[in-house]
Parts: sequence; structure tokens; C-alpha cells
Amino acid sequence: MNVIEKIPPTEKLVAEFQKVKGSLIGFSALREKAISEFERLGIPNRKNEEWKYSDASALFKNELQVGKLGSMNVQKKDIEKFLIPNLNASVVVLVNGIYSEEQSALKNIPKGVVVSSFAKAITEKSEIVSTHFSKYANITGDAFVALNTAFATDGVFISIPDNTIVETPVHIINIISTQEPSLLQPRFLFIIGNNSELKIVESFDAINSNTKNVCNSVAEISIGKKSKVQYYKLQNDCSGVHLISSVNVHQQKDSHFDTNTVTLNGDWVRNNLNIVPDAEHCETHLNGLFITRGNQHVDNHTLVDHRKPNCESNQLYKGILDGKSVGVFNGKIFVRRDAQKTNAYQSSKNILLSDDATINTKPQLEIYADDVKCSHGSTTGQLNEEAMFYLRSRGLGEESAKNLLLFAYAGDVIEKIQIESLKIYLEELVNQRLKK
Amino acid sequence: MLSIKNLHAGIEGKEILKGIDLEIKAGEVHAIMGPNGSGKSTLSSVLAGRTAYNVTEGEVRFNGKDLLEMSPEDRAREGLFLAFQYPVEIPGVSTINFLKTAINEVRAYKNLPPMEAKDFLKLMKEKQALVELTTSLANRSVNEGFSGGEKKRNEVFQMAMLEPTLAILDETDSGLDIDALKIVANGVNKLRSKNRSFVVITHYQRLLDYIVPDFVHILYNGKIVKSGTKELAIEMESKGYDWIKKESAEA
Repeated sequence: MNVIEKIPPTEKLVAEFQKVKGSLIGFSALREKAISEFERLGIPNRKNEEWKYSDASALFKNELQVGKLGSMNVQKKDIEKFLIPNLNASVVVLVNGIYSEEQSALKNIPKGVVVSSFAKAITEKSEIVSTHFSKYANITGDAFVALNTAFATDGVFISIPDNTIVETPVHIINIISTQEPSLLQPRFLFIIGNNSELKIVESFDAINSNTKNVCNSVAEISIGKKSKVQYYKLQNDCSGVHLISSVNVHQQKDSHFDTNTVTLNGDWVRNNLNIVPDAEHCETHLNGLFITRGNQHVDNHTLVDHRKPNCESNQLYKGILDGKSVGVFNGKIFVRRDAQKTNAYQSSKNILLSDDATINTKPQLEIYADDVKCSHGSTTGQLNEEAMFYLRSRGLGEESAKNLLLFAYAGDVIEKIQIESLKIYLEELVNQRLKK
Repeated sequence: MLSIKNLHAGIEGKEILKGIDLEIKAGEVHAIMGPNGSGKSTLSSVLAGRTAYNVTEGEVRFNGKDLLEMSPEDRAREGLFLAFQYPVEIPGVSTINFLKTAINEVRAYKNLPPMEAKDFLKLMKEKQALVELTTSLANRSVNEGFSGGEKKRNEVFQMAMLEPTLAILDETDSGLDIDALKIVANGVNKLRSKNRSFVVITHYQRLLDYIVPDFVHILYNGKIVKSGTKELAIEMESKGYDWIKKESAEA
């Protein structure tokens, strides 16, 4: 028997960093700090409370390539099928985390607005990038943020000046297309000035992707005073992919942040959403829907950190789980001592369609202010038997009765999407998905 | 049309129906009265196919077919309709979408093509008028936020849409004020025809002033203890159920 000495994945990634760091542009001190944080934290496994139900170390058992990526031969026609019908959008395409100028097509970009590759922004917009980069995503608390920060080379950069409304949504298409098992690490930095608006749709789409691929993406979004940002994340055309994503939002006074995370496919998915409403009168709406089957694993972790008074946050997450799939919802809300008059609500609802499906749901409210309204609720159940019987007694077959009820159940989340064409598209996707 | 022979049924091992015999012919209206706990709602649940109930003995034939063998949806497709005592609220499912699916599945069962959208809407409008149900109610989610009266009107509206051959009204009068009761009864009366039969289950005689039955049966302790014509209902009203209880205790 051959004994092959296996280097633990954390150490291997650190060694890889040492090898390539000379070629990484900018932020060398920060990168060094990030990699040492990563080394200290290590790839999390079940022993880590935040990863109790999602053993990330299992994804790194395979040898993963970093950097030098294989197949990038992605054609225009490959992209077309990922476009959302009737969504008039600027399309930004990343292939394995690398911004593709050729495939991207920007539309109606107002004066002063920058939408570019993150790589380009590091050199051409170095001042604004260094003001914000790594300021909202915490390298000291999250190994994957640290790892992404150490290696961050490309992704998407958007900056919007004050008083500018970007009417046309920006659709970011993350293409994952490598046959060699790889670790992809796109980085996003969106800086929105005061009194401005942005709508982002982000999708994860696989083309001939190796089933061991891991995509570890980190986004930082800074929202200025009175500004509004909508951010929709769609994980549908990504069967066989492992996704780890961390979205970090910093909100200034009177700003709005609305997000909706819809996960229909993806073998193993972890979405971290960290929001800091850091001034008065911020509004935050976090919604999520996941429909899982087979051996899918979908984990949504949210954190809303209320630091200042008079803010409101709402969360609605719904899951429909079939097969042997596993779902996780962990929703943390901090209300700090200064954050009087906070309204924070959270609801996690789940339907289990099979005996082998599992949901782990954990609300965590930590409230240090005394004049607040906070509530959370969590339900897990089966389909409403009485409603099923009612529909069937009118002639609907079991399947169509079930689909009608599940569609209505999921509809609560989809309804909150404010882009009409995206809403219609998602309704259709959910409908099809439930029929399978 | 409907033939019930020696029907025994119960729930969670407890026998509730203890040998029901009932024959219903096309076009007839049968009222089933009885005190609380006599088995009225169990009978309607068993006929509609609620799975929680177990039939331990006896048979039910509907137009010659074994009703108890059929799924709830096939019973509906064969022409059976249950107006629920407590119609369930189904948030997010629009009444229109639900009824369109129901009608088209019933049609598919009969090898008929789906109904054209404009025919469907025309039918909706026509049948809504029957129970004075406003369009806004029909556009809402099934029964969501409806008052008791609106829910019962919605049941009769659905009945009108589905055009069953046998309709079972399970305490449709419960929780209705006199005006709502009249509207509901009026709707039912307009649906009476020589091909359509009704089983009207009620605790009180009041409903039978408006939906006049051909036959009245008294259900007590899981059995039909008395049958007669509409006069029996009036007699019941004046004497009360204690009379029946006493009589069957003596027997």
C-alpha cells in the first residue's frame, strides 16, 4: 500500500499564496495579514459554531487549483441562456472569477458611474478602492473572507457618485467553467454615494464545471446617505457546484438595502449576509427562498448589526426541502445599546417534503437596548393537510394540489422582488422546479 | 345515484358510524339532522374521502361505482361535491387559478379539452351572480380573510362552477345570519335540477325552511333512527333531540 503524505488544505493554500504573492497586484501588507488570519482560523469544520451544520472542510478534501485555470473557452451563445428574459440590464460576465470585457455589455450607464473589472479598479481607481476594500468584510472573523482577500485579483467594481440613479439593473453572471477542480475567488466592491440607486442581479451559472469546484466569493457594498440598493442573488444554473458567498453591507443614514437570495440548485451552498446599518433611519429587508432535493446542502447565515437608533430590519426566509437535502438558517440580530427604537423582525419557515430531509434553524437575538421591537419566529412543517384535502376535493390531483400550495408558499418571497421581469422569471423557474 | 349500505366508520379506532343505510335518487334532496356528536360530519368526511377516517364495514356506490375505492379527486371528478363546514383559508392561491385548475382536471378526466379562458371567465361571472359574490372576492386568495358568510357563499359558488351531480352541504347554515342564509339557500335552490341530488346536513330545522327537502333522516349515535318527509324536521324542531335520545334509549 502506498502511503501518500497529505498536506492539510489550509497549509496547502498558504503555501500556494507564498508562491504566487509576487504576482498579486496591490495591497501586499493587507494580503499578508489576510493569509495569516486564514492560517490562524483554518478551513472551518463542524467544531466551529458558525459551521456546525456545514462542514466546509469536506469541500477541500480534493486538490483544488488556485489561479491558473483551465477551460475558459466560453462563447457568447453559452452566456445567452443565462440572460433573464425581458430584463433590460447591463450584463457583466465573469468567467471563473475573471471579468470578461468581451462578453460583458454595459447599457445606460449614467455619467460618473464606473462599472469595471476589479483588477482594473485596483490600478486605475486605487484611491477609492483602498478607502473601501476590506473595510466591511472581516478578515479576522471569517476564514473564507480572509482567503478571498489574500488572493483577490479580479471581480467587479462599481462606483456611483452622489445623486445618481442607475435605472438599468446590472446583471452579474458568474460563469463557473473549469474541468480541473478549482477554487474560484471573485471579489466585488460596490460603492454607492449619497442619494443614489443601484439594482444588482447576480447569478451563478455552471458550464461543463467540475463537480469539485468551489467558488468563494466576497462582496462589499457601501451605501451612502439616502441611497437605495437592491441586490438579488440567484443560484439556479449551478448544479454540481460548491458555493461559499459572503456579502457585507455597510449602510449610512436613511439608506435602504433590499436583498433576495433564491437558491434552487447548487450541491453545497453557504450564503453569508452581514449587514451593518451604521446610522439612523436605515431600512433593511432580507428575503430568501431555497428549494432543495437529492443531497443538496443549503445554508443561509444572516447577521444584522443594529448600532444606531431608529432603524428597521425585516427577514423572511423560506425553505422547501425534499429528498435527503439539508437546509440551515441562522439569523443573528444584534441590537446595541445605542440602537434604541430599533424594529427588527425575523421569520424562518420551512416545509419538509420527505422524511429524510433536514432543516436546522436558529434565530439568535442579542438585544442590549431597552426600547426596541424585535421578534423572531421559526416554523417547520409539512404541507397543510386540510388545504390539500380541500383542493383535492375539488378535483385537483395530488401533484397539482401540492404544486399549487408550494408555489403559493414560495410566492411570499418571490413577491418581494421589485424588478418585474425578474419576478416573472423566478415565478416560472420556481413553478418548473416544483413540478420536477 | 348514491347507495350507502351498512356503513361503519370511525377515526383513531373509535367507531362513529354504526351501520348507515341510505338510498338517494337523482334529483332528490335529503336532509340529515342530528344532535352534536351523532356522526353527521363523519358521514360527509367519509363520503368525500378524508383519509383520517377508516371504513370498517359496508359499502357506498356512486352511480354504480365503488366510491370508497376512489381518491378524493376522483370522487370530485365523478361528480361529488362537499361544501365544507369550515372552508380552509389558503393564502397565496388565487380562487381563479384554483378553480381553473380544478375545472380543467375534471374535464381532462372526462377526456374533454381545457376550457377556453374567455369561456371560463364568462362562467365565473355567471356563477358569482348566483350567490351575490363580488368579483373582488373571487380575485382574492381562496377564502383568505373571508367572513363566515362569504366562505359559505364561496362554497356554493364553487359548487355552481363544478356542476356536481351530488352535492353534500355540511352544516352550511352554521355561523350564518338570516340574510346570508337566504343568499346561500337561494343559490342552492337555483342549482336544484332533476339530475342533481343534495345531501343537506344540519343541526337546525331553520335551513330547511329555505332548502325544502324531499326526505329527512335523523342521525343519532351513528345510525339513522328515523326517516320521513319534511314534516319530520318540523316535529324535531318542536320536540328537540331529547325525544329521539329517549326513544332510542328505550328501544
